[in-house]
Amino acid sequence: MLDWITGFAAWELLALEPPGWGGVLLRGLAVSLQVAVGGYILGFLIGICGATGKLYGGPILRDVLDVYTTLVRAVPELVLILLLYYAGTDALNRFMALIGAEPMNISGLAAGIFVIGVVQGAYQTEVLRGAFMAVPFGQIEAARAYGMSSLQVLRRITLPGMLPHAVPGLANLWLIATKDTALLAVVGVAELTLVTRQAGGTTKSYFLFFFAAGVLYLTVTLVSNVAIRRIERHARRGMPAVR
Amino acid sequence: MGPELRSWKEPHRLVLIAIGIGIIVFAAVNMRWDWLPRYSGRLVEGVGTTLWLLFLTSALGFLLAVPLGLAQAAGPFWLSGPARAFCTVIRGTPLLLQLWMLYYGLGSLFAYWPEIRESWAWPYLRSAWPYGVLALTLSFAGYEGEVMRGAFAGVPKGELEAARAYGMSPLTAFRRIWLPRAIHRALPTLAGETVLQLKATPLVATITVVDVYAIISRVRQDTYLTYEPLLLLALIYMMLTGVLVLAFRWLEAKVPVKSS
Repeated sequence: MLDWITGFAAWELLALEPPGWGGVLLRGLAVSLQVAVGGYILGFLIGICGATGKLYGGPILRDVLDVYTTLVRAVPELVLILLLYYAGTDALNRFMALIGAEPMNISGLAAGIFVIGVVQGAYQTEVLRGAFMAVPFGQIEAARAYGMSSLQVLRRITLPGMLPHAVPGLANLWLIATKDTALLAVVGVAELTLVTRQAGGTTKSYFLFFFAAGVLYLTVTLVSNVAIRRIERHARRGMPAVR
Repeated sequence: MGPELRSWKEPHRLVLIAIGIGIIVFAAVNMRWDWLPRYSGRLVEGVGTTLWLLFLTSALGFLLAVPLGLAQAAGPFWLSGPARAFCTVIRGTPLLLQLWMLYYGLGSLFAYWPEIRESWAWPYLRSAWPYGVLALTLSFAGYEGEVMRGAFAGVPKGELEAARAYGMSPLTAFRRIWLPRAIHRALPTLAGETVLQLKATPLVATITVVDVYAIISRVRQDTYLTYEPLLLLALIYMMLTGVLVLAFRWLEAKVPVKSS
């Protein structure tokens, strides 16, 4: 009757070697992390461009970027992931056909990075825009008056000045990115959540595997938190303590 | 340039609006929408399910968030510890994983228990929606519990001391001063959390709850169309988000805020 207790306690199922599923789960985690890191970096590049465009771009560019950030933030990530996954692979294949190349078989990994990147880009645009605006304009003017070039102003004044304002928001978005990768399970990317369900479905000890995957996700979050606290302390050095 | 100057009547905006209308007209004419009348009734029902899930789980989650926040802000360690652990676990793992853990994990465990299988609760436990409601409620409680912790901790000590000086019992002071002030402080985050909750609801379609997302998936299976149903779905969610944001703005204007 209490099969499920033995099912739960069947730790040998988590062994790394093939009868166990531990190796499969860890490979899933590796895919999840790759997608999260790749998507986060892509989102950061989009965010930098988006924030710069929103602050210094012309009126048309600003409105287009407003539409982008509003749309992405108003539609569920799950729907966006489906739309971008199909639209992205479709567009790429049409482009390949246009230049006369063979249609590419896009890996789930690359498509996942693209999708997470576009979603992250919208949020990071807003975070970075706010951080840019938090740097007092007088400091930038003073730097220009000292004769610094705009690249020097960026490197010496704007970037260090905006960092303490950007880090909390960017850190939060990193945690969101690691969790959003789970949604790629719906389009069949073999990341941690999907392989966990497959492992559970094959062995029927769902609880054990979901528990193990939860521990893995939680470890990622907690390790990230430690790193974030360090980065934050570094970025805020020399600033008055909050509260 | 102030925001009042950036109205939609500026020439470049008129052009952008015209392009937007052009895209919509192009989509309406060149894409296939003949399936729409056949599914319109079910779509409305699906939106109803989504909204029903949203409001039920947000309300239940908020009710759960109040004790979670209180325990973390003022509870003894054997209350604040578990409350903090709960919030960390909920916020540190993906909602999809929590949902599948409850549905596949817990749901399959129940089947082993003949006592449960023969009880009155079994028809509910066999269907999917209780797991969806539970997962969404716990998720909302986890995120909002963290907000309520800050809100309880942020109520000025002097107000609570004044309440005690008036002779209020701790319970009365909590009911009249601490709780209303904390909820008032947490209100601005409630709009954002509710929008996030709306965007989380389609996940329940992965455990066979029939919300608007599930209806659209059904359309996609039946018609082999990729983009049209998904674009309509995005539009539906955009409208729901817009209505929610406007409703909360109206609500916040109703709650008096002392301008300092």
